[in-house]
Amino acid sequence: METVLRKVAAIVSEYGGDRDSLISILQDIQSAYHYLPEDALRAVASQLDLPLIQVCGVATFFKAFSLEPRGEHIVSVCLGTACHVRGAPAVLDEVERQLGIKASETTEDMQYSLETVNCLGACALGPIVVVDGKYRGQMSPGKVKKALRKQRKDLEGHGV
Amino acid sequence: MKKLRTPVELRQLRATILSQRDPEKACISICCGTGCRAYGAEDVAKALKNQIRRQGLSKQVQLKVTGCHGFCEHGPLLVVYPGRIFYQRVTPNDAAEIISETVLNGNIVDRLLYVDPTSGEKTHFEGDVPFYKRQRRLIFGSNGLIDPTDIKDYFAIDGYSAVSKVLFEMQPEEAIAEIRKSGLRGRGGGGFPAATKWESCRKAPSFDGTRYVICNADEGDPGAYMDRSLLEGNPHSVIEGMIIGAYAIGSHNGYVYVRHEYPLAVTNLSIALEQAREYGLLGQDILGSGFDFDIKISRGGGAFICGESTALMASLEGKIGEPRPKHIHTVVSGLNGRPSNLNNVETWANVPLIINRGADWYSEIGTEGSKGTKIFSLVGKINNTGLIEVPMGITLREIIYDIGGGIPNDRRFKAVQTGGPSGGCIPESLIDLPVDFDKLTEAGSMMGSGGMIVMDEDTCMVDIARYFVKFLTEESCGKCVPCREGLDRMLDILTDITEGRGKEEDIELLEELGWIIKETSLCALGGTAPNPVLSTIRYFRDEYEAHIRGKRCPAGVCKALITFIINEEKCTGCGVCARECPQGAISGKKKEPYNINQEKCIKCGVCRDNCKFEAITVS
Repeated sequence: METVLRKVAAIVSEYGGDRDSLISILQDIQSAYHYLPEDALRAVASQLDLPLIQVCGVATFFKAFSLEPRGEHIVSVCLGTACHVRGAPAVLDEVERQLGIKASETTEDMQYSLETVNCLGACALGPIVVVDGKYRGQMSPGKVKKALRKQRKDLEGHGV
Repeated sequence: MKKLRTPVELRQLRATILSQRDPEKACISICCGTGCRAYGAEDVAKALKNQIRRQGLSKQVQLKVTGCHGFCEHGPLLVVYPGRIFYQRVTPNDAAEIISETVLNGNIVDRLLYVDPTSGEKTHFEGDVPFYKRQRRLIFGSNGLIDPTDIKDYFAIDGYSAVSKVLFEMQPEEAIAEIRKSGLRGRGGGGFPAATKWESCRKAPSFDGTRYVICNADEGDPGAYMDRSLLEGNPHSVIEGMIIGAYAIGSHNGYVYVRHEYPLAVTNLSIALEQAREYGLLGQDILGSGFDFDIKISRGGGAFICGESTALMASLEGKIGEPRPKHIHTVVSGLNGRPSNLNNVETWANVPLIINRGADWYSEIGTEGSKGTKIFSLVGKINNTGLIEVPMGITLREIIYDIGGGIPNDRRFKAVQTGGPSGGCIPESLIDLPVDFDKLTEAGSMMGSGGMIVMDEDTCMVDIARYFVKFLTEESCGKCVPCREGLDRMLDILTDITEGRGKEEDIELLEELGWIIKETSLCALGGTAPNPVLSTIRYFRDEYEAHIRGKRCPAGVCKALITFIINEEKCTGCGVCARECPQGAISGKKKEPYNINQEKCIKCGVCRDNCKFEAITVS
């Protein structure tokens, strides 16, 4: 709790305590914790002297923010139009089945969070699945299992 | 760094930079735009750098890491200067040979050349590749020439000369008149004349004199990424356009509102802003003209609606990105209640070009009502995926066949979707349609930000309509009833149709709902949201009817209406499908045709994907 308060204070002061910078402040907190802890939201509200409801309103309105802790590894499936016409929905179904979670959920062991994104701007490679920032292009339902297996193997290789 | 204090100093600096550069010096320009990065271009760049060092050529050979070159399909791409040799699908293993053969000895590495699939001929130079040949890359072409993190590269191609010209040779009104004469229309979707906006903003009263100039880089349309590539690859052109706009409007404060999903664009833009400040091109007394202007970056929070002007400005104020009614336009009262002029990235990037080359030259390009070029992202079921810049008025046929190289796997072209979720689908029968703002609107679609998603016979138009409506229900801010509730109902009806529960009256109901949502929504999101549905009904009514009456999906996409079957003649009985099937729905004897148990099958498609003999089909 203490550390959260300190962290929030540091981020808020970076923006000079400017209320207009609320979204940027929340973005920095989100990148520090991978989600927005309740304590942090309360701290932001009090430090910017804003009603908590306004902070929560912004935190729940924008997709970039998560109020739930997220998994160690992020799997994103692109559902942009180009990926969609090339079969992204079937790829998403298969990723969901392989991880045993639905989109925007996290596995119980907190290892994987599954997200969907609306376009990554790498349409030539569609359908795309991004695992921890690494792009895997031209995916199909049949390739999902292998890609996830490879990702686990890479992790073991790195001693994670 | 010494700040530039006069236009003469800017010219001298450019002359110095050019004199230090040997046009005959070997230079490798490697594309590290998002597409090529995804293909591993950064590893190629690293390998090239190592090779240059290892072969002791650091002084003789320059490696330039640039933004997007556009031909994403064949990435990673690079061009070797001075010969302009074009290589595609380069891997780190090719690095040594590129240096020792092409750079040092001028020999071509044959396997890295582009092969024209129709003629089978190999192409040596970038300009000869059919994908590039038919384009007119006025805005986007500079991407391959500059390292976006080095302002000197931008100076070398005459960068900031338009700012210098406007500040010292033109009155603000003259700058607006020049833009008006050029016929520049907003590239973000609406196609509103830029000069009219600028003039209204300039003339709008502001109680403390504050006016804002804002760049909309919240590129939310799925399938469109030209703004990102411009910001990543040539951020100074956008900054320069904004300075000119600010001078014309009388503004001293600028913002770039950029999607948080575009971290590289934010990084490159931040570097560019810092460098522009160091040279006195932003901040106080720009080039000694007495004009002050600076730009801040604001990262969006990932909401499609924030591309709408009033929602964007609410978000800039740190509030929820909800639009407001626009009986008072943002040019009169926008950000913080002050006159605010919002233009999109590509619009701003056009401005320096118009000032430098003149409105007369610019307005000769394009059609009667749409001047200049437009950047499109050509994606979907097309051979040459990538970003293209073409003159307005080019036909869809030229784009899809001459530049795009046609449809993969000999499938039939069915439609092209333009304008993102606000746009519509244009059918094959209109393939000779000249592409400009007005013609696309007449066809029931719109220009939008320039996404062009090509669809073939395997794309289900009802599914596409449902896709866009689902996207928009998630992105609707929920403030007004027609958009929030109406789109939900449309989605219910479309889901019913795609799942085999469609009713005879559904099409009429969709049309009626669509009309009401269009007429009564608060902002442009709702006002255009029914377009994908209405345009697919207009051109592909028979597909809706097949789903409703025949309970079948002609394209073989809608899961509830299709079955996977094994073609006994093609099946070799290898058993791979049975092994991979997550449901255990496939069984059979080795070396004999297998069978799918339809009750267990969940239609995931894993079997079809893994079958090497194309024995599994959809019916």
